Amino acid sequence: MKGYLGIDVGSVSTNLVFLDEEGRVREAIYLRTRGQPINALQEGLRQLAGRLPENTGILGVGATGSGRFLAGIIAGADVVKNEITSHAVAASTLVPGVQTILEIGGQDSKIIILRNGVVTDFAMNTVCAAGTGSFLDQQAARLNIPIEEFGQLALQSTAPVRIAGRCAVFAESDMIHKQQMGYSLPDILAGLCEALVRNYLNNVGKGKEILPPVVFQGGVAANAGMRRAFEQALGWKVYVPPHYDVMGAVGAALLAREKMAGGGSTRFRGFGVADTNFKAGGFTCENCPNLCEVVEITCEGEAVARWGDRCGRWSGSLGYQDEEIRNAV
Amino acid sequence: MKVTFPHMGHMWICLSAMLEYLGVNVVVPPPTSKRTLTLGARHAPEFACLPLKLNLGNFMEAAEQGADTILMAGGCGPCRFGYYAQVEHAILEDLGYNYRLVVLEPPRKHIGELLSKIKYITGHNSWREVIKGIYFGYQKARMVDDLEKQAHFLRPREVQRGSTDRAFKRALQEVIAARDPQDLPKVREKVRRIMGAVAVKPRPVLRVGIVGEIFTLLEPFVNYDLERKLGYLGVETDRSIYLSEWINDHLFLGLVRGQRSRKEACRAAAPYLNHFVGGHGQETVGSAVIYARQGYDGVIQLLPFTCMPEIVAHSVLPGISNELGIPVLSITVDEQSGEAGLVTRLEAFVDLLARRKGVVVQ
Ligand code: SF4
Ligand code: SF4
Repeated sequence: MKGYLGIDVGSVSTNLVFLDEEGRVREAIYLRTRGQPINALQEGLRQLAGRLPENTGILGVGATGSGRFLAGIIAGADVVKNEITSHAVAASTLVPGVQTILEIGGQDSKIIILRNGVVTDFAMNTVCAAGTGSFLDQQAARLNIPIEEFGQLALQSTAPVRIAGRCAVFAESDMIHKQQMGYSLPDILAGLCEALVRNYLNNVGKGKEILPPVVFQGGVAANAGMRRAFEQALGWKVYVPPHYDVMGAVGAALLAREKMAGGGSTRFRGFGVADTNFKAGGFTCENCPNLCEVVEITCEGEAVARWGDRCGRWSGSLGYQDEEIRNAV
Repeated sequence: MKVTFPHMGHMWICLSAMLEYLGVNVVVPPPTSKRTLTLGARHAPEFACLPLKLNLGNFMEAAEQGADTILMAGGCGPCRFGYYAQVEHAILEDLGYNYRLVVLEPPRKHIGELLSKIKYITGHNSWREVIKGIYFGYQKARMVDDLEKQAHFLRPREVQRGSTDRAFKRALQEVIAARDPQDLPKVREKVRRIMGAVAVKPRPVLRVGIVGEIFTLLEPFVNYDLERKLGYLGVETDRSIYLSEWINDHLFLGLVRGQRSRKEACRAAAPYLNHFVGGHGQETVGSAVIYARQGYDGVIQLLPFTCMPEIVAHSVLPGISNELGIPVLSITVDEQSGEAGLVTRLEAFVDLLARRKGVVVQ
């Protein structure tokens, strides 16, 4: 079997997918990053190698997510792409004609507007917890509900409670208050979903023209209550694609396929990199008052990539690396 | 008297040329850095605009090098810029600095006062000399602007990554080194050769117009080197304000012909924003319209967090984007904005433009 590898290294999760030559998802791996992106990526590669048949050929590799440069260096990626483009490519391949993508992950959320298959607008939220999955995680933990059961319970609600969701802190106290007033658990859970949806639409979705088909993806799309809340708020049917939680990686793999269609051979370093000694280190450059925090990636003790310097003093001194990353972007 | 002034991109080149030509002792503040920002942000009111914080930091760092007089432009109108100089001066006094403050108000309103302030700074020089000095500074500003424009064109097309930046740096040194107006033709010839030596190859590029608040536009430290980043992503940029244009508009009252003027921008803004809102709000709107008409692929608006005129412009831009069919991305900067998020948004915006146009940029 031959195919393409997609890698999405984010702050919360690290996802890998393997696509066959037709672009079908054959394997998908979802891991927690736990602040150690290199370990997570290596673990993912190890697991993937274990699941794929012995003689699988990797034709191309794409990397995305906030750790995309890191992943690109370690795995040897042919394409390094930002999350917006990767998510858009994945959704428009799986749901042709999609015009709106709602994406909510553990620590961030975005909205992407497409027309005629092309991204025309987008927005991201990476700072406010009230608009991301961690909001639901926190409240579920408060209520002692496993997050997996959250959605099904919320669906049982007949009259969701209105919860002030402008800010995660206020939402929590408001929710406790409603709990004490004796509202049922499903009604409170459904109310939380509605609060998150309101928040998302008022912040990330502000001023965006949301038209169907609407796709809902990211880890939070697993929550059926969230999907229903979106459908009620928007008045459209909302699709949750298969592999909704690894769409970034799917998009990166699709982009790698697109790139390799132009010929050439992959830069993939092979699954062996799972056992190579990569380290991410860093130092503060004190050569000028900017005091840049430079990130340095070493492979078996040798520096292979650096970034974070404003002036190019460190990243530029590794000549080839710069060129290689940039060609892949 | 040791005169200093706030940094705003390459403005120091023009100002020191003018002042030094007139025999004024100049202290150029160290380049704006994180330290400058830390110093300024610590002592400025939290909700002051970012430029004020950086100005303040510049003055504190310049004082370490012996500066005792601040030269600043004044302003009027609804935005906070009109009070900048006075507020900064008051903060510095509270901190125990002994700075003299000289504010140059716009000539349109206070021509007499302006002239006496200039006289104060330039001392014994004759008016003829003063005018020569000012014109010398202006010519340098124009040369620097031309260099920047060439760099904007070359960067996305260069064969060897970084060759434009290296040439630009060298050319800039030549301009800085010129001591006398008579040397300028020679310098002009030299920098032309330096920039001409950058090898380019024809490849598809995208064209993006950058609009917004002047300080954020001109100071690479604040905008995270936006133009360079875009250049590397295969984008040729233009900027709605260049320093020499600003000087011509505001100090020479548009006397120099053949330079783009804010009047055009304000005219183009009229259907969307019909009156002055302070700062460069109206120019931002008008320039976006002009870029759309000129067939640019996209527009990026740069604004400091809490900047009032640009927030007004920001609320008008989506309508222009819809009506004229040009994608617009607004980028707000403050002392907390992160570079990684900015890079992601820029890359996504460039992808959007490229796919929309159906071209593959590098
Ligand atoms: S990396 Fe460059 S800009 Fe950053 S502190 Fe060092 S010398 Fe200064
Ligand atoms: S233009 Fe904006 S940043 Fe500048 S002084 Fe006015 S409000 Fe502040």
